[in-house]
Amino acid sequence: MELFETLSRLTAAHGVSGREEEVRALLAQLAQPYCDEVRTDVMGNLICRRAGEGPRVMLSAHMDTAGLVVSHIQEEGYLRFSSVGGLTARQLRGQSVRFANGITGVVDAATEKGEKEPALSDLYLDIGADSRSEAEKLVSLGDTAAFHVPARQQGERVLSSGLDDRAGCLVLLLVMEALKSAPNDLYFVFTAQSRVGLRGVQTAAYAVDPAWAVVVSATAADDTPQADHRGSCALGRGAGVKVMDGSVICHPRAVELLDRLAEKHEIPVQHEVYKAGRSDAGAVYTTRVGVITGGVSFPVRHLGAPVEIADLNDLRRCVQLLQVFAESELSDL
Amino acid sequence: MLELLKTLCMLDGVSGFEDQVRQFIREQARPYADSIREDAMGNLIVYKRGAKATGNKLLLAAHMDEVGLLITEVTDEGYLRFRFVGGVDRRVAIGKPVLIGPEHIPGVIGMKAVHLVKAGERGSVPKTEELYIDIGAASAQEAGEKAPPGSYAVFAGECVEFGQGFLKAKAIDDRVGCAVLLSLLKEPLPLDCTFAFTVQEEVGTRGAFGTAFSVTPEIALVLEGTTAADCAGVPAHKKVCAPGRGPVIPFMDGGTIYDRELYALLTGLCRDNGIPWQTKEYISGGTDARTFQRSKAGVRAAGISAAVRYLHSPSSVAAVGDLEEMLRLTRLFLSAVAEETQEVRHGAV
Repeated sequence: MELFETLSRLTAAHGVSGREEEVRALLAQLAQPYCDEVRTDVMGNLICRRAGEGPRVMLSAHMDTAGLVVSHIQEEGYLRFSSVGGLTARQLRGQSVRFANGITGVVDAATEKGEKEPALSDLYLDIGADSRSEAEKLVSLGDTAAFHVPARQQGERVLSSGLDDRAGCLVLLLVMEALKSAPNDLYFVFTAQSRVGLRGVQTAAYAVDPAWAVVVSATAADDTPQADHRGSCALGRGAGVKVMDGSVICHPRAVELLDRLAEKHEIPVQHEVYKAGRSDAGAVYTTRVGVITGGVSFPVRHLGAPVEIADLNDLRRCVQLLQVFAESELSDL
Repeated sequence: MLELLKTLCMLDGVSGFEDQVRQFIREQARPYADSIREDAMGNLIVYKRGAKATGNKLLLAAHMDEVGLLITEVTDEGYLRFRFVGGVDRRVAIGKPVLIGPEHIPGVIGMKAVHLVKAGERGSVPKTEELYIDIGAASAQEAGEKAPPGSYAVFAGECVEFGQGFLKAKAIDDRVGCAVLLSLLKEPLPLDCTFAFTVQEEVGTRGAFGTAFSVTPEIALVLEGTTAADCAGVPAHKKVCAPGRGPVIPFMDGGTIYDRELYALLTGLCRDNGIPWQTKEYISGGTDARTFQRSKAGVRAAGISAAVRYLHSPSSVAAVGDLEEMLRLTRLFLSAVAEETQEVRHGAV
């Protein structure tokens, strides 16, 4: 699997929370050759099993992206919408978004000049339609749209929409491909509806019932001029070993094992301590009687913006670390 | 069904204090149910076999609780401090009559007299802590005996039919769902159904956790009351929905992205059977569906709601016609699910 080319395909696929069909189909197709079993559950999670004798181990990344959902079509053909997955009015205003069927529009604010910062309910989406009936031929209530800037490689850096968390999905695919024999019963889970409150992973983790879990996610890079030092990771410094974020304090055994494996295999890592943000790890940890949960992260600049920036070497380090983790002997508490 | 709804709306059922509603529903359901149980949270779970043995496949749910007030403190003067239970806009509460506890001690929500309001305060709504309930007590001791901290209070007021087929009452959210389910329960059913009358929805869909966990359904249909904002001066894209335009079938709200196939099934049933319908044209709020959906390995979630104006207020307003259409649609939904479902040998809860 070629890293950048696969990442380009993944970030180009539509998959706003709840409407992950397109990206799920692509992931299923890419994962199929490396898995014994691929299925989709009620919430839309894609659960891929690589059967083994040992304990059940779940590696997951979320496949949904933030975006917007059409909630009202005006007489004049403009669309009103709700933000899905946390995009703010400031992030959306003036941007181009694309629907799964390719229809593209631009977001603007229905406020007068000089008025205060618009609220989300002041925003509208213009798809160039002149009437409700014309608009209804192109989109329906409930349809979702997202940023759609194609991936571009500049040196070791990649610039694209949707790196959170399609780059994490890519990492899982590359781990599958790289794995030799693993002593564990491995489940690679591409979760749905994470951006709207870690919803998908709850049912997937319940069904898989793992002893160990590692969640692969983006973390806000703390190395930009506007960084407020709520995070600890910088671009290009290696895989992040998650210690905590806004949803989880990782299990010390998971942190310790990932650290030890990184040292043994000389994989550059950095500790991720993030005072905000939520990851699927928080929801996995409390599944059933509890799961030994850790996280492997890759720093991303401009999280949530139409173009995010990540480092390809960081992604490679994540793959290496997860591969040695999946191949190691894991025991229950 | 309208009379049933009115009776249900007049019962007390502040979250955590759903006893009156539960008892009424239990009595109504008893002659028609195959089994009735109450779980530790207080959810009432009624199972009724249908023509097709489908076991726990389908869960139908409505919540019994309503928003209200909880007494927190008796002041030295014999007034009662309180907190709201569930989301109540305190602007709608000021000056309203309430009834405290099962004894229905009458009280009025009061605030300081207008001549004491400073100029700077006039533009803002007093905080809940500044409001109190006046039960006309002569002393703190009397007030404390009649309404000790921990007592609940409901909004007082009669059910009134008015205008072109509208009903005004408290607690239409979600006695409307309870009324539809109770009516359905009295009919022969095309498949086995579990009817859940849940508690503590208004304080964070708390009752639904236990319900979903013990029932483990494949599909959960939630019957609800939802905010209508078709009020004077509201632009079209913020009206959400409107009473009188048929059942509201949501594709998404603040807590749930509903199962797409079930959404398509419900809207298709409306189109094919001449049932007026609307969707929620503003994404907000949440229902028990959010909890059912994420229970165990996942449950397919669907919703049918009545559009209700002034939702969490003493005077919520719904259209009577919507009620009948909700029942019709739910009936059709049951038949459609029954049609596509294989029979199971051991159907039990």
